[in-house]
Amino acid sequence: MNYNFRFEILLRYQDEIISGVLLTLQLSVLTMILGLLIGLCVAIASNHPARSLNVPARIYVEAIRNTPLLVQLFIVFFGLPSLGIRLSADLAAVIALSINMGAYAAEILRAGFESVRRSQIEAGRSLGLTAAQTFRHVVLFQAMKAIYPALASQFVLIMLATCVVSSIGVTELFHQAAFIDSRTYRSFEAYTLITLSYLLLTLAFRALFAAIYWLVFVRRPAR
Amino acid sequence: MIREFAGADVVYLLLAARWTVALALIAMLGGGLLGLVIAALRIVPFRPANWLALLYINLIQGTPLLGQLFVFFFGLPLIGIQVDAWTAAAISLSLYAAAFFGEIWRGALQSVSPRQWEAGASLGLTYGQRLFYVVLPQALRVAVAPTVGFLVQLVKNTSLTALIGFVELTRAGQIISGATFAPLRVYLVVAAVYFVLCFSLSQMSRRLERRLHAAR
Repeated sequence: MNYNFRFEILLRYQDEIISGVLLTLQLSVLTMILGLLIGLCVAIASNHPARSLNVPARIYVEAIRNTPLLVQLFIVFFGLPSLGIRLSADLAAVIALSINMGAYAAEILRAGFESVRRSQIEAGRSLGLTAAQTFRHVVLFQAMKAIYPALASQFVLIMLATCVVSSIGVTELFHQAAFIDSRTYRSFEAYTLITLSYLLLTLAFRALFAAIYWLVFVRRPAR
Repeated sequence: MIREFAGADVVYLLLAARWTVALALIAMLGGGLLGLVIAALRIVPFRPANWLALLYINLIQGTPLLGQLFVFFFGLPLIGIQVDAWTAAAISLSLYAAAFFGEIWRGALQSVSPRQWEAGASLGLTYGQRLFYVVLPQALRVAVAPTVGFLVQLVKNTSLTALIGFVELTRAGQIISGATFAPLRVYLVVAAVYFVLCFSLSQMSRRLERRLHAAR
């Protein structure tokens, strides 16, 4: 055991690391937004009484949640070209990540809607609100507060999961570790530094989500 | 030489799925044992032990598993342990599972009301008796369903070991896809095998949850 650790070499690659962090952030934020939109549609569809809506929604959720993201990514990036759909690595990454996030978001949102008591909906309806108004003014805020913690931790999980897209050549943060490794042959140092960088991102996201929770749900609880 | 994607390839994929299952079982065992230690460190009334466990959990849950895999794959040889992809995968998945099992089981233990401890004490039971006859049976009931649920994550996450070259289901899919140039069909079969493994676990977790919940 006489390996000389040389973490200082990595300092030369700060530009690559910063560009990797920025791309990881872009991917994560885009995935969170698109995944939440998909999840909202799927959650509403899977609670809908029409079988033609709720059955496909449930199949989607089960199929995505019971297969690995890496395989989903490979199907989108390597598989779809056989059907004549060619996507750039970046686009394939966003699509696969959003489809994945959508299934988890849908489950969280569905649980949230179910957690709002039926009497609340009945109260809204008896005040003369339409179903849509009841949903918007009565159910949504209460449901959001109940599911916010689960949703926030799912966001952090998908941010960490973005690193698998390095395997199809998206030059996000984890890909930069392979790049630095190929230039310096300092594999351990490169992967350790990049892995710990994700820890900083995680802590930053958690702090941000906690701040949003405080602003939206704690500071003005009555609506 | 390009060939057709045939029945023999499906058999090859199914055989490769053995390694996916084996890896998940090893991570379950290793992670389970270490997870018990983590859960215990989290609840003992000794602050530095709590902090140590919390540091470990945050480190594992705050960094990507893929990064942990690479750190072990490249790091263990530096301290003189020659590793193949199999060892690196088994060690990092076990350490990963331990953090999650530790949290699941801590939650289960703490879900048992402190009154139960007090009631046991007032009946004159020792600490060990209170733990084994009063608290653990109740905590186990809470813990079983999420534990099985986490196994789904574990099976899915074994796919990442393909990226350090361990030949399990996903890596076998990459190999066959390279030989047959039929990526869509190959990866759909791969996904189907994962689905069968994971869906049965999810259903088991759901059924356990329903049954144990109803029994309370």
